[in-house]
Amino acid sequence: MSDGSTSGPRAIVAGHGDFAQGLVSAVDVITGRGAQLIPVAVPGLCAEDIEKLIRSRMQESGVKVIFTDLQAGSCTMAARRILRGVDDAVLIAGVNLPTLLDFVFAEQMPAVDAARHSAERGRIAITVVGAPAGVKQA
Amino acid sequence: MTLVLHRIDDRLIHGQVVVGWAQPLDVRFIVLVDDEVATSEWEQELYRMGVPPNMDVYFLTVAKAIDELPRYRADVRHGILLTGDIGTMRQLVDAGGISSINLGGIHHRAGRTQRLRYVFLNDQEESALRDLATRGVAVSAQDVPGARPIPLDDLLHGVAS
Repeated sequence: MSDGSTSGPRAIVAGHGDFAQGLVSAVDVITGRGAQLIPVAVPGLCAEDIEKLIRSRMQESGVKVIFTDLQAGSCTMAARRILRGVDDAVLIAGVNLPTLLDFVFAEQMPAVDAARHSAERGRIAITVVGAPAGVKQA
Repeated sequence: MTLVLHRIDDRLIHGQVVVGWAQPLDVRFIVLVDDEVATSEWEQELYRMGVPPNMDVYFLTVAKAIDELPRYRADVRHGILLTGDIGTMRQLVDAGGISSINLGGIHHRAGRTQRLRYVFLNDQEESALRDLATRGVAVSAQDVPGARPIPLDDLLHGVAS
């Protein structure tokens, strides 16, 4: 993975299947800044082990930002448990590629602030193109 | 309608349950039976935040579930009964009214042997499942609706893998 930035890891990306690896790969292809993100996959792990894994990745890297894929997902549940009582870290659930692209370019901001900013960018990045609602399909 | 799925899943409420099963089965409520969660407001809030606004979650102890399950079975909506372990589900089976069990996720822990990608069992758990099957309960493993259900016999005899 190439590193187009000057900083080390700034966030964890965790989710179902190969979601995290895929998103981080896409970020790296587009920006060369994939090294800012630590992908975490959790196949076959119970809730307790998912929490241990994400916690250990945070401790090893010192990152304070976790991106997860789904509000109801096991990684989100684990992250919320990890962040309970922690006031200097943030969880962004429902992450998409535009969110991460914004995040890796916001190096001038503290990572937690960059994550909040990127979440807003990701939220408005979804667009619908094509037939208006209610149009009968052939 | 009734409880359309009786699932054992140690992750309790997560993506496979809320999205994978609940959407195709038009599930509108989950009965989560777990003595620990039923006594923790924080845990309950954690799980509530994971479900869509049109879905209710009821948190019950085993004792309360045994009393109240008939009421949930009579609910006009579709619901899922969810436990985090085999022992809890077994107690509910003992109380009657459960004819099938879905093994949705029993993950790795010390002493357990892998049976499927998402099912690991120790000897006691295997015995408990065999006992349920002997009593006429249809036990099968199936993590998501699109997967093939794997009967307990196949699971324990390695036919599934």
